[in-house]
Amino acid sequence: MTQHFDIVIAGAGPAGLSAARAAAKQGARVLVLDDNPLPGGQVWRQGPAHPPKAALSAALATLRECPSVTLWSSTRVVAALPQRGLLVESAEHDGGSLRYERLILATGARERLLPFTGWTLPGVTGAGGLQALIKGGTPVRDERIVIAGSGPLLMASLATAREAGARVLAVIEQASAAAVARFGLSLAATPSKLLQAVQLTRGFAGLRYWTGSMVREARGNGRVEEVVIRKGAREVTLACDRIACGYGLVPNVTLAQSLGCALDHRGAIAVDDTLCTSIDGVLAAGECTGIGGMELARVEGEIAGLMASGATREAGALRGQRARWQRFAARVESGFSLMEAVRTAPSDATLLCRCEDVTFGEVRRYSTWRDAKLHTRCGMGACQGRICGAAVQTCFGWDVAQPRPPFSPARIGTLMTVDVENGSCAG
Amino acid sequence: MSSRDGALVRVTINGQLSEITTGMTIAAALVATGVRTTRTSVSGQPRGPLCGMGICQECRVTVDGRAHVLACQTLCRDGQTIETAGSR
Repeated sequence: MTQHFDIVIAGAGPAGLSAARAAAKQGARVLVLDDNPLPGGQVWRQGPAHPPKAALSAALATLRECPSVTLWSSTRVVAALPQRGLLVESAEHDGGSLRYERLILATGARERLLPFTGWTLPGVTGAGGLQALIKGGTPVRDERIVIAGSGPLLMASLATAREAGARVLAVIEQASAAAVARFGLSLAATPSKLLQAVQLTRGFAGLRYWTGSMVREARGNGRVEEVVIRKGAREVTLACDRIACGYGLVPNVTLAQSLGCALDHRGAIAVDDTLCTSIDGVLAAGECTGIGGMELARVEGEIAGLMASGATREAGALRGQRARWQRFAARVESGFSLMEAVRTAPSDATLLCRCEDVTFGEVRRYSTWRDAKLHTRCGMGACQGRICGAAVQTCFGWDVAQPRPPFSPARIGTLMTVDVENGSCAG
Repeated sequence: MSSRDGALVRVTINGQLSEITTGMTIAAALVATGVRTTRTSVSGQPRGPLCGMGICQECRVTVDGRAHVLACQTLCRDGQTIETAGSR
């Protein structure tokens, strides 16, 4: 059976939850979908030792008082269907289809994970990835961890790992010392962020924080045992148990692209001042419209929720707040732009596509993503090119082609619920 | 949403019964019980969780006979049977 909602929101992070609250206040019938088992997105991820943050608890408490809001966790959007429909799959609700009047994309961002020799060894994770795993309960006490990549997320990951009892040996930042210092000074324009930075880096003394440096290689037999770091002109090897490496964030735009929404020059969903996308009835909020942090995501979610439920005037009043957090986001972006050495593809023998085990050497022979896919199967495995696509975009500047449904592995039963004739649910 | 301190669930991982803190993901339970490899790649390499947030699909395991379940996005439940690649 196809269920109908006034507004469907894809994503239960800060943007999605704030959109749900704003829309529910206007009386709309709202469904929030999220692929994680608990709401909160990445920044408010909960776990056994991580109770919900105050802001998340408050948001969820408000939503619980709104009988018109439904939250489906552990639910993935498998495909966009014609006539404002979505095919979804979840552990609890199985496969089924939905219809919406308005859709708000609050699909957030993922990490940019760039390949290096040995990056497929168990124990290599993203930097934010490590944080997510720890919050999910992964024990890291006394483990020797090297955190690497770029951006403020490394500091957040450091704080979470230390709190969980890990021995963080070093933080490896690709940006130059000058760039990091400029960013630090610019925080003075956003005092709340400066305070946050001070809190995250408490006990910074004694930690190796190497700028202008990057991970070259992970070594080990069946799991990480060593990391090789390029530090200026030198190479340094450290014995460790984990390497957590991520080069900033990339917006999640699969569903948006599939709906036909235009992207901007940064590869984020293009939106106007009212957070409407290029497709009628589809809005977008939060980091899928550009990396900007939690505060910006919340404001954008509220604007999108108000717009989607017809409260245009109230939405307009929030424009100033949005502009303020956008300025902060711009400083982060310029402070941590990727250096040439990071954007350079690694050795030919390095695996690019982890799903199909395709190397850089095999892919380098082709001039487009499409050619490389057709000849090597790179980007055609279970992750549908979400990891290696972002890598070739960074290293080769390739335009990564349109996604195809199903967006993630789905059960045959889910796909069979679709009535191909009219794009709705057959049952 | 978070667990009461000390609450445990029992799961079977690759045939071994273990007690796991309530609220842990399957990815966490695997590390807690010494399992680092979630799947074997098409060329036979061991793999473990990478992105931690349901994107990379490297942490897929078999749960209660259902293949391709993402360990990082699934919470442990009492009585679950979890199998990783290479364990059979």
